[in-house]
Amino acid sequence: MTEVARFSIQHTQFLDENGNPTQALPAFCDNHELLVHLYRTMFHTRAFDDKAIKLQRTGKMGGTYASSLGQEAIFVGYGSAMQETDVLVPYYRDYGAMFQRGITMVDILRYWGGDEQGNHFAAKEDFPICVPIASQCLHAAGVAKAFQYRKQSRAVVVTIGDGGTSEGDFYEALNVAGDWKLPVVFVINNNQWAISVPRAAQTGAETLAQKAIAAGITGEQVDGNDVIAMRHVADRALERARNGEGPTVIEAMTYRLCDHTTSDDAKRYVNASDLEAAWAKEPLVRLRHYLAAQGLWDDTQEEQLRLDCREQIEAAVQEYINTPTQPISSMFDYHYAELPLELARQRHEAVELGGEHD
Amino acid sequence: MTEITLIEAVTQALAYELDHDENVLVFGEDVGKNGGVFRATDGLQARFGEDRVMDSPLAESLIAGMSVGMASQGLKPVAEFQFMGFIYPGFNQIINHIARLRNRTRGRLTCPLVMRAPFGGGIRAPEHHSESTEALFAHIPGMKVVIPSSPARAYGLLLAAIRDPDPVLFLEPKRIYRLVKQDVPDNGIAIPMGQSFILREGSDITLVSWGASMTETLKAAEQLATQGINAEVIDVATIKPLDMDTIQASVEKTGRCVIIHEAARTCGVGAEIAATLAERSLLSLFAPIQRVTGYDTVMPYFRLEKHYLPSVARIVKTVKQTMEFA
Ligand SMILES: Cc1ncc(C[n+]2csc(CCOP(=O)(O)OP(=O)(O)O)c2C)c(N)n1
Ligand SMILES: [Mg+2]
Repeated sequence: MTEVARFSIQHTQFLDENGNPTQALPAFCDNHELLVHLYRTMFHTRAFDDKAIKLQRTGKMGGTYASSLGQEAIFVGYGSAMQETDVLVPYYRDYGAMFQRGITMVDILRYWGGDEQGNHFAAKEDFPICVPIASQCLHAAGVAKAFQYRKQSRAVVVTIGDGGTSEGDFYEALNVAGDWKLPVVFVINNNQWAISVPRAAQTGAETLAQKAIAAGITGEQVDGNDVIAMRHVADRALERARNGEGPTVIEAMTYRLCDHTTSDDAKRYVNASDLEAAWAKEPLVRLRHYLAAQGLWDDTQEEQLRLDCREQIEAAVQEYINTPTQPISSMFDYHYAELPLELARQRHEAVELGGEHD
Repeated sequence: MTEITLIEAVTQALAYELDHDENVLVFGEDVGKNGGVFRATDGLQARFGEDRVMDSPLAESLIAGMSVGMASQGLKPVAEFQFMGFIYPGFNQIINHIARLRNRTRGRLTCPLVMRAPFGGGIRAPEHHSESTEALFAHIPGMKVVIPSSPARAYGLLLAAIRDPDPVLFLEPKRIYRLVKQDVPDNGIAIPMGQSFILREGSDITLVSWGASMTETLKAAEQLATQGINAEVIDVATIKPLDMDTIQASVEKTGRCVIIHEAARTCGVGAEIAATLAERSLLSLFAPIQRVTGYDTVMPYFRLEKHYLPSVARIVKTVKQTMEFA
C-alpha cells in the first residue's frame, strides 16, 4: 500500500481569550488606527444588534431578527479585509461586514422590518441577505467566474453557517470553485448550532474546513473570536483569490451567544454552563484587553464610543420608524423590466382596493 | 374533554401513529429536542426516542431523497420541511422519484411517505417563509396534496396520510396553527383524503377555499348572510385528488361560485376547479366563476402582506359582483 495523499488542517489564533498574544502579531497590527477601527466596528455591531432585538421585542420592528451576538469578529474581520471592488455574498448575520461596505443600519432594519427597500443599498454589486440556506454559495461561484472571465483582480466573499455546510449547494459550490480555481473565499461561521442542532450532529467530519480538501481547495480553521486572526486569514485568502491562486475555505470557530433568531428560544436546547463558558471567549473583551495593554484604549474612550454608538443607532432607528410603508403598487413594479398586461390589471385592482383588507 | 389547536392535533396524530406503528419515523430539521420550530413534534423525541424522532442534517434533498429509500424498505417516514419555502432543494427528489417510484417499477417499489410543511402568509415572517405553492406540487402526477383547516381535520387527515400507500404532501396553514381549539378525541380514527367538506350550507352561491383562507371565507359568508346572501362554504381539504363531485353538486345547486386562495392566481388550483366546473356545470351557472387570490407577485415582505392576502372585503365584493348577474 502506498499513501497517495495526506492532509492537515491548520488553526490560527493570535490573541487568547484574555487578549494576550499567543504568537508574533501580523504586520497590520502596527496600524493602531486599524486595530481601533476593528474594535469600534465590533462594538457598534453589537450595540446595533442589541437595539434591533429590543425593537423586535417591543413590536417596533415586527417579524424576526437574526442577531450576530458573539460572532462579530468574523464579519468585522473579513469585512475589513475586503476591498471596495470585491463583492460580498452574505448569508444573514453579516452586519459587521455590511456596515463596512456602506450598507446602513437603516437598510438592515428595513429588511427585517418587512420592507424590500432594505435590499436597495449602496453597495452596488453586493448581494442582499440570503435566507435559503447555502444557495448563496453558488451565486458567489458565479460572480467569481465573471471576475475570472474578465481577468479582473477581484474576489468574492461568501458566508454560511456550520449547518449550511450540509446542503448540496455548498458542496457543489466548493467543487466548482476548486475545479475552476475561482476567486472566492468561503467563510463558515461555525457558531456550533444550526438552530437547535449542534455541530456534532451535523456531520461526522472533525472539522468543517476539511470539506475543502475534497474539493481541492485550501481549508483552514481560525479562532473566529479573534478579530486579528480573522483579518489575517481573510487578507491572505483574498490576496490569493485576487492573484488568481484560487479559492479558500475559512472555518471560523465561535459560539452563538444569542437565540437563533428572535423567534427562537435557545434555552430549550443550549445548556447554561456551555453558554457561560462561551461568554468567557467572546471577541470584544479580548481585543479591548489587548488595546488597553498597548495604551491604545481606555475607559473614557469606551464611554465615548458607547455614547456615539447610541446616538448613531437612535438616529437610524428614527429614520427607520419614519420610513413610510411602500405603496401597494410596489408589490408589482419590480418583477419585470416591463409590466405584463395581466399583472398591470392586477396592480390596478390592488391599488383600487387600497386599504380594504380586513 | 380537552380542546386542542391545529398544531397540537398534528402532534397528537404523529404520536398516535408512532405509538401504533413501529415503522413510522419522524425526521427533519430541529424536530428532535426542539420539537420543531413551531413545536409540531414537541415531546415526541423524549417519548419515542432518538431512533424514531430524528434531527436530520440541514439538507432538504436529503430529507426527500432518503425518505424514498426508507419507504422502499417498508418504513413510513413522516418528514418535516421547516417551511414550505425550503422544500425546493428536495424538489428533484419529489418530482423525479417520490411521485413516480410506483409507476416506474410497475408497483414493485412504492413510496408511502408523508412530507409535512407549514405554509402560507400572514404571520409577519421573513421572506421565503410565507408562500403558498401547493399548485406546484398538485401538478405532479403521483402526488397527493392535503391541507387541513381545523384541528379535527388536521388530526384525521394526517392519520390518513400516514396510512396511505402513496406519497402525501401535508401542508399546514401556520397562520391558523393556534387560532381555534376543538375537542379532538385521540381515537386513531382517520378522515379519508380526497373528500371536501361543506362547512356551511347555503343556496345562493358556493365559496370554495382551503387552508388559512377558510377563516376569511367563513367570515365573508357571515357578513353576506346579514345582507341576505346565503353562501355555501366548501373546504377543499384535499387539493389532490380533488373531490370535484362535492363542489360540482354545490355549484349546480347555487349556480354561482367564487374560489378563494392565498396562492398566486395564474395556474393556481383555483384555475383547475374553475376549468372543471366549466366542463361539467356550465349550463347550471348564472354568473361567471370568479377567483379571489394572491396576486401574481412574489409574496411581498410583511409590511405589505395584508394587501396580498385575500381579505374578507375582497371576497364580499367579488361575491356581490357575482350576485349581480340575474
Ligand atoms: C434551505 C433552507 N432550509 C432550512 C431553512 C431554515 N433555517 C434557517 S436558519 C437554519 C439553521 C442554520 O444554521 P447554520 O447554517 O449553522 O447558520 P446559523 O444560523 O447558525 O448562523 C435553518 C434550518 C432555511 N432558511 N433554508
Ligand atoms: Mg450555526
